[in-house]
Formats: sequence, structure tokens, C-alpha cells
Amino acid sequence: MSDLIESVKAAVSQHKVNRRGFLKLTGIAGSGFIIASIAPLIMAEENLGTLVGSAELNAFVEISSDGTITIYSSNPEMGQGIKTALPMIIAEEMGAKWEDVKVLQSSVDATRFGPQQAGGSTTVPRTFDQMRRMGASAREMLRSAGSEAMEVSRDELKVAESKVTHTTGKFLTFGQLAALAIRQKVPDEDSLMFKAREDYTIIGTSVSGVDNMMISTGLALFGIDTRVPEMLYACYQKCPAIGGKVVKANIDEIRKLPGVVDAFVLDGNDDPRQLLDGVAIVGTSTWAAFSARNSLEVQWDESSASKDSWSGLVERATQLHGTRGKELVIDKGDVKEAYANPENTTLEAFYEYPFVSHFTMEPMNCTAHYRKGSDASNDSLELWLPTQGPARGYQIAKSMFGLEEDQVTIHMMRMGGSFGRRVYFEYIAEAIAISKQVNKPVKLTWSREDDLHHDFYRSGGFQSVKGSVDKQGRLIAFEDHFMGMNYDGRPVSGSRFPDTEFPILNVKNAHASKTFFDIKTPCGPWRAPGSNTTAFVVQSFLDELSHAAGRDYLEFLLEIMGERRWFEEGNVRSLNTGRAADVIKLAAKEAGWGKSMPKGSGLGLAFYFSHAGHIAEVAEVSVDKNRHLTVHKVTVAVDVGPIINMSGATSQVEGAVIDGLSTMMAQKITMEAGRIQQDNFHNYEVLRIPDSPRVDVHFIQSDFGPTGLGEPALPPLAPAVGNAIFAATGHRVRKMPLSEQGYTI
Amino acid sequence: MPAYKITVNGEVKTLEVEPDMPLLWALRDVLGLVGTKFGCGIAQCGACTVHVNGNAVRSCSVRVADVVGQSIITIEGLAQGQQLHVLQQAWIDEDVAQCGYCQAGQIMSAAALLAREDNPTDEDIDNAMAGNYCRCGTYNRIRSAIHSAAKMRTATFYNAATEELV
Repeated sequence: MSDLIESVKAAVSQHKVNRRGFLKLTGIAGSGFIIASIAPLIMAEENLGTLVGSAELNAFVEISSDGTITIYSSNPEMGQGIKTALPMIIAEEMGAKWEDVKVLQSSVDATRFGPQQAGGSTTVPRTFDQMRRMGASAREMLRSAGSEAMEVSRDELKVAESKVTHTTGKFLTFGQLAALAIRQKVPDEDSLMFKAREDYTIIGTSVSGVDNMMISTGLALFGIDTRVPEMLYACYQKCPAIGGKVVKANIDEIRKLPGVVDAFVLDGNDDPRQLLDGVAIVGTSTWAAFSARNSLEVQWDESSASKDSWSGLVERATQLHGTRGKELVIDKGDVKEAYANPENTTLEAFYEYPFVSHFTMEPMNCTAHYRKGSDASNDSLELWLPTQGPARGYQIAKSMFGLEEDQVTIHMMRMGGSFGRRVYFEYIAEAIAISKQVNKPVKLTWSREDDLHHDFYRSGGFQSVKGSVDKQGRLIAFEDHFMGMNYDGRPVSGSRFPDTEFPILNVKNAHASKTFFDIKTPCGPWRAPGSNTTAFVVQSFLDELSHAAGRDYLEFLLEIMGERRWFEEGNVRSLNTGRAADVIKLAAKEAGWGKSMPKGSGLGLAFYFSHAGHIAEVAEVSVDKNRHLTVHKVTVAVDVGPIINMSGATSQVEGAVIDGLSTMMAQKITMEAGRIQQDNFHNYEVLRIPDSPRVDVHFIQSDFGPTGLGEPALPPLAPAVGNAIFAATGHRVRKMPLSEQGYTI
Repeated sequence: MPAYKITVNGEVKTLEVEPDMPLLWALRDVLGLVGTKFGCGIAQCGACTVHVNGNAVRSCSVRVADVVGQSIITIEGLAQGQQLHVLQQAWIDEDVAQCGYCQAGQIMSAAALLAREDNPTDEDIDNAMAGNYCRCGTYNRIRSAIHSAAKMRTATFYNAATEELV
């Protein structure tokens, strides 16, 4: 045995001096991804002690002779827990002990890691098999190494607990086998077998987030924490009316202020996703830049700027109540016949929801170092990016600054929240442009006011709904006139109402149409786009109809679901009424649905299917005579298939409930004359710890493939609370936020 | 520029900064202590919470000139060497963080609470923590981590069989 260890040590040291370059060992058909056994090119984290003398089994997995297993997490982390969940999948398949695993953020390199983005709750479903392949491939190479070292057949070896064990009990640890393992043939993809669910020891357990030690001790981790030698600090003032252009600014005065290094106007390209006109102030500290901005005077040309008005939108939409939109979504059966039948009960209602901001705790920021070369072809750029799509940094560098990918280095940074905000890149373009101008590394930090004034907002909107129940109290017709927003001739994110929207597929007669209002306020995805508002409308209105029919909503909703069926077999984005019914029943049971409630208290149920997640929620509330609302508890039943990290998944649901309540309670972005009217926490209120409800989470771990959980638990919250308020008070909530109807929390 | 002497995490530091520079930016940009976070700049979010003479203070709204000669503790100075503060351990054990950005401020507010209340009630927690916003909605775990940290600190006996502190 000691000989073996010596030979392993020798191999490790050999390996150290012979780190391999690009060695694409095997292609994975279909995914376009390659298991590449290559040395890490860019180390995203500095503490690489355990990597010295390590052996790379593939792009994601390295094992050191001391037994440390380094797993690279390839996707951006914003609080959704992916930096922990994806390595758990790899560790599970390779037979590692989680205690031996160290997770590092990978570099940005699609050739090695596949697509590196996060959004739409897609990372887990998109990468689950890829991660399993990485783990299984590493496992089989370790098994082969064990076979060679122990001179036994591969079939007699078990790989688990970070060791390769022979049937006789003899074993070698992963650390001992590391150097030998890298010399093994990389297994053919088709030969890889995955572990059975019942054999899992890591997947499905509760694992504390891999960055928790750094978070709890305050070590630099987030984009905004970036510090590089000679770095300067910047802020960027854009026109308060979105899209206004700089006519002139008192930059000579600004340049003389304490701590200011430079101030200048940047000419934008009128695209809020890239670079809008503005004034950059660069200083020796963030405070120097922020402080100098207080003296900044800019004359803006607002002729082409946004003139959007929220009150104007409300007025136009209100006039359209009871009409149909020009754009037809679906006309199924005959809703008019249902309305005309005197035996049916028909209701109409108008729902409204505001624009809201992403309001991430870490404001937008980016550190850029543009280094000018002898000519433009020698220029280079280094970026520290907190973003949901780091590879887009290459595209920005190319399209806006003419830099090729090999001139650009990107560091993927942890995000202090995103919720869809950081799929846009204008703060990156701003940082690059400022760094290029001063020829120094620059950290651009947005103030909270910048962040609220220049978001890509969750679009507000309106829905005029109508529906009928027959004399047996069954839903017989459903109609929705969806009123959303158009930007540049196209519907903004979330302004959609598909012909598969619930309950269109489930009801005999349905009509849906759309109207769009042109706006210039940038909008973008916000946690469960479209779903987070339509769930409120549809699930509240169906509750209205069930009350009109004298029905219990649980029973009414289950009846609408009907027989167990999957509308598009095999498509996880398609509603499965069986899975829906299961979570609805579970949430109702766990919440004590049907129990008698004291006066002023009530239970509200809602279900919503989005991002492949079937989720039902029951809110328990009480409301006093002054409309003071207490949300005591929210019971949630979730089916997103098998859970990877039980702690992380539960946390996502708890957070979505609290986020949903915070948003429906008091959040509203308004704009007049193109200017956003909210500035900071004093006029954009958020939910605090005393008002946080208890959240009781239940999972149905069905046999469907695992899907994401960053978003789908949010949409059912608002209608569950609204329906509970109705149960408690008889007041129907048709408008968000609640604060505008006199509610406090 | 004037020079100010303050004690940060037990070390005396001399800062040559403008008199109106908030403590937050001196910590982050001058001393490189980036664990203290910028969130709002108007003392409403709590991300920048540090201790000044043991009290939880929003460092974005206190000038360096105001804390001369006083003892500042930041999240980086909360642990005793390699020994984590019970709250830091509880935050890891309870997997409190989602994005994690506000958590340094949360821990600092909670640490000031635990320094004056051995066994805080839910109401004590509400009062001490209401100024710390968490966009991810980790409030319930924050609450349970504070309770478990209080228990950890006062526990005299660890029952290995039940994994409970008694």
C-alpha cells in the first residue's frame, strides 16, 4: 500500500508540472456539451490551496491527494441556491461524501461548462442530467483507478463515501486514487449509469449553502465587494425621465470637488438595455462620487424621453372594462350563450396590478478594467459581473466596444438578489464605458435611487374578467380581456396571456383577448413573469365565482381540474391536473381547510402552475375593523418532482411567500411625465420581520424530473391572501397593493 | 484632509477622509472591510449595521467624524479568532441566507440584541430586527437562528443522543 501512495504522490507532482491544455475527451451528443478534462483557466476564487497537485477528472471535478473534492459550480448564484444544489448532484453521482466537497465558482467558459445562465427556474431541469453525467463519469474513472491499483475487477468495486471499496472490504480513498484516476479512459457517455433515487445519500437531504461561512463572516463575495489595485469608484446620473439626453452639465465644477478624479458626459445609444446618456462621476471613494453628484446640474433634452403616466394608463384601461381586446387569444365554445342562459349566474370584474421594482438588496454594480493597448486590437477588458448571464459580458464587449472574446476576462460574482433584474446589462456597459474613459479599473455603484428610477420593472396591467356558473354551480364560461404593455412594438416581459392559461383548457366555453398600451418605461422579467399577476386575477375571480355559486372553493377548483390528465404529455411546462389536484388537496388538508374560523378570520386557497411547478397555498388571515391585516400562516404544497436540497427548496418557498406578501401589501411604482415617483425605502415599503407569516411547506416528491423552485411558489400567494381576506371580511380584493385600499399590516 | 482615529475590530485606525464621509464608506472603500453592505443610504434597510460601543448602528448614516475614539465592531470582527460567534454558527446551521447580502447586517443587529437579552422573546426579536430588511424573505429562519443561538450560548449540556442542547 505505501508503494501505491508513493506512486500516487509522484504522479500528482508529475501532473502538477504537466497540467494539460484543452483535451476534449468525449462529446456529449444532443446537449452540445463536452466533458473536457482541462486545467482551470481562470480561477474565480483566490483560495486555491487544495487545488495544488490536484487531478481533474472533468471540467467540474478535481480531487486532491489530501482527499478534498473540488466541484465547480458553473451557474450564477443569486440566492436561488444553485451553487449548492448543482454540486450536490455531482457529489451524489460520484459517490462523494459531502463533507469532503469544496465548491468553487467556475470561470465563464461555455465550451467547458455549457450554457452558464440562471433564469426562468430552469437551471435544475436544464442541468440535472449534465451534472449527473459529470458525477457518474468521475465515479467510473475512480472505479477504474481502484481496479488498477488493487488489481481486481471493476465489477467487484463499490464507489461510495469518497472511497472505492472491494468486496473484501479493502479500499482506497478518492485522495489516494486521484492521480491514478485522471489517467483512466473517460467513459463513453452511453455507458454511464445513474444512481437510483432510493440509493441517494445527498440529493434530497438538507445541506447548508456552500457560501454560508463567507456570508456569516463578511468575507468579500458579492460583485459590489470587488476591490482591485488602483480601482476608482463611480456613479452615473441618467435623466429622471427615462431616455432623456444630456444637453449640458456643470462638469468643470464637479471635477473640482473633493475626492473627484474625473467627471464626463457619456453619449448613449438610446437603448436602455445598453447605454443611455448620462454624466459619470469618478472619485477616490463611492462617497466622493455620490457626494459630488449632489452638486451636479444637468440640462436634459427630454423630447424623446418617456412621457409615461400611470394615471393615464389606469384611465384608458378602466374605459375598456367590459370590452374585448383587438387581439384574439382564443374563442372556444360559446361564452355568449352561457351568459345569455338565465339559469346561469354570470359575474364581471376588473382587476388591477401595478408596476413594481426588483429592488434587489445589492444595488446594480459592476467593476470593469479596460486596459488600452498600443492599438485597439491590443486592448483588453476584465469584468467582475454580478449577473444572471455572465457570458453576455462577451457580447456587450464585442457589440459595443469591438473586443473579441479572447480580449475579455469575466469573473462571475455572487449576486445580492436578482429576481430577473440582472438579465439586463446596461450597468455593465456603463462601467466599461467609464473605465475606458479613465483608463483605470472602476467600480460603478448605483445608489438606491438609481436602482428604483432605472429598473426594468414588473409591468403593471389590468384584466377585465367575466365568467358563468351553471345552476349546478359548475364553471361553464370564462373570459379575460388582458391589458398589458408594449415597448418598441412588442409586448414586455410578463405582458402575456397564453391560450393555455388556466382555466381555458379546462372549461367548455372560453374567450380571451388582449390590448396593449405603448410605453417607454423599460420592463423586464420579475420573479414568475406574467404568472405573478395573472394568478392573482384568475384565482381570485374563480373564488368569486365559487362564492356566487354557493360552492366551497376547494371543491369548485378540484372540479375544474377534472379528471387526471397531462394536457401535453411529456411537456413539463404543460399543466398536469393530477399533480395539481394532489397539491391542492394536500395544502387544504395541512391547513385545516373547512375548520371553523373566528369572526374576522378566514382561510383562502389558491393554486397556480408556472415554471413547471404545481403549487397550492392556503393563507390564514385575520382582519380587524380598521383593515389591519395579520397573515398568521401560509400552508404550501409543492410538486416540482424530487427535491435536490431540502433546506434550499424549503427556503425558496418561504421566501416566495414573504416576497409575495411584501409585494401585494404596499409596493407600487408609478410614473408621471416619464419619471418614476418612488425613490427609496421611505416611499417604497417592504415587509419586515414582525409581519412575516409562518410558512408551512410540504413537498410531493413525484417521479417526474426535478424542476426549478425560484419562482413558482410566488404566484399563488396573492390570491390565497385575497381570498382569505374575502372569507374573513366579505371584501373582495381586486387591486394591488392592499395599502391603497386602506389595509395595513 | 482631516485625520480621524477610530477603533475598528480592536485596531486603532487613522482615517484621512472628508468630515462628512459616512462610516459605511470609510469601512468599505478606505479600510476594505466590505462585509458591511450598502443598501439604501438612508438608514432604512439595515444592511450596513455595525456596532458602535456595542450598539447596533446604521453605518450609512453616521459620519466618521462622529465616531472618533469609539469602538466599532463590524461583521469581520464578530468572531473571536477562529471561534465563530454563536449567531454566525446558528446562521450556518439554520441555512438562513438566500442571496446573503443583508445577512451581515442582520447578524450584527441580532448580536446587539443577544448582548443585552440572554433569551430574547419573539417580541424582542421583532423590535430589534424590524430595521433590517431581507428582500429574499428569510425572516423565519432569522428568528429561529436567533433563538437557537441564544440556546447554544446558555446551554450547559449537549445530549449527543438527541442532538439537543439542554
